[in-house]
Amino acid sequence: MSDKIETVRLQAPFSERVARELKSGQRVLLSGVIYSLRDAGHKRLVELLKRGEEPPFPIENAVLYYVGPSPAKAGRALGSAGPTTSSRMDPYTSCLIRNGLRGMIGKGYRSDEVINAMKKHGAVYFAAIGGAGALLSQAIKEAKVIAWDDLGTEALRRLMVEDMPVTVAIDTKGVDLYKEGPDMWLKRHHD
Amino acid sequence: MSVREFDVAILRDVVEELCGELACELPNDIYNGIAQALDREDGPMARQVLNDLLINCDIAAKERVPMCQDTGMIVVFLDVGFDVRFLGDPYEAIDEGVRRGYKRHVLRMSVVRDPLRRINTHDNTPAMVTTRLVPGDRVTITLLCKGFGSENMSRLAMLLPADGEEGVRKFVIDTVSKAGPNACPPFVVGVGIGGTFDQVALAAKRALSRPLTEPNGDPFYARMEQSLLAEINELGIGPQGFGGRATALGVAIEVLPTHIAGLPVAVNINCHMARHIKEVL
Ligand code: SF4
Repeated sequence: MSDKIETVRLQAPFSERVARELKSGQRVLLSGVIYSLRDAGHKRLVELLKRGEEPPFPIENAVLYYVGPSPAKAGRALGSAGPTTSSRMDPYTSCLIRNGLRGMIGKGYRSDEVINAMKKHGAVYFAAIGGAGALLSQAIKEAKVIAWDDLGTEALRRLMVEDMPVTVAIDTKGVDLYKEGPDMWLKRHHD
Repeated sequence: MSVREFDVAILRDVVEELCGELACELPNDIYNGIAQALDREDGPMARQVLNDLLINCDIAAKERVPMCQDTGMIVVFLDVGFDVRFLGDPYEAIDEGVRRGYKRHVLRMSVVRDPLRRINTHDNTPAMVTTRLVPGDRVTITLLCKGFGSENMSRLAMLLPADGEEGVRKFVIDTVSKAGPNACPPFVVGVGIGGTFDQVALAAKRALSRPLTEPNGDPFYARMEQSLLAEINELGIGPQGFGGRATALGVAIEVLPTHIAGLPVAVNINCHMARHIKEVL
């Protein structure tokens, strides 16, 4: 990680090869199709996969956004839409990665189990700015509930995003910005 | 002294209005705190995050959308003058204000009726209300809109008197370190010291309602707030935990008398969305 921020543009969904090129600390402007899912939806998705049923969206190469948006005002796709804490999704995540999940957007630490699955299968974890829901919402051009409407804010949505600003927090080598970033700051200021 | 009759509809309407304001506009002390943190930051990543946070606030205020999708649980401190006589049920009025406010301002309903059976109330009620009786004929209402990414990283400990100031400091620093990126730094850190098991948590919560610009009235604790803040901002966690100076914007300490055998301490973490507001009615 250098002193300047490197910015790359990325189209979702994307392949394992593309995922393996991303580096922790890069700023990514993400466009394309992603899916919103959080706690209750994860539980349902994993249960369904375990029963051997067809998931409601193609998991292969997909990117999930951990978000429970506030309701949309007239004329908008969604209300405020920033990330929720990812660690609550950890118990479900390695199963999804084994099924081809390529990317996740959230905030905060991931478990060793998740990071190991990311390394093995070539998946990447992005951080969006927690609390910047109004800013992030501007990048979401369309949102459609595609399953589990009964979950309200936690329903599964298909999102069309344009230049959504995220940061590669943990890359496919397991390099973790939440560790490297603070370590680097401490080195710079206390050596 | 004459009794002041107070129509609870006033309370209801104020709460309805303030719920929208809390969700869409960051209080000045916090906004300025972020701007000052940006000035002090030298890393590009930390600067980018803080700058994006300010832009986020500007967009939210302009478009009247919530700054953060977690529009929280409403926490209320209600200070009621001895000479006030409510016409109606003030608790029901506050909940009705929350109900109307969350609907009108299109906020997220994030409250479940029961902690284990978890059925959403669909109107963000009830608010968590703490009432105090105070001299006079005024009603002072303080609202916090509390997100749970940061609430979840808060902690309480029953330390021993021998642990002293060092023990309290260690517990605060430890709690902040553990909160890390999960609780959306930069934080505002509310610390309660003393009292009993129940009251120390309330003191920590009440500390979060004090503006960043107002230090503790006791110079001893004002100094402790400053030195804790300085120590926290040497941890390196930084904005969003990407590394940087601004791990916290402020530390507020509230203290209470306590028992000769105890030293309760509570640390209530607030994220940079430190949404607080006070009205005297
Ligand atoms: S911790 Fe605060 S800023 Fe982060 S998502 Fe929750 S309410 Fe928003």
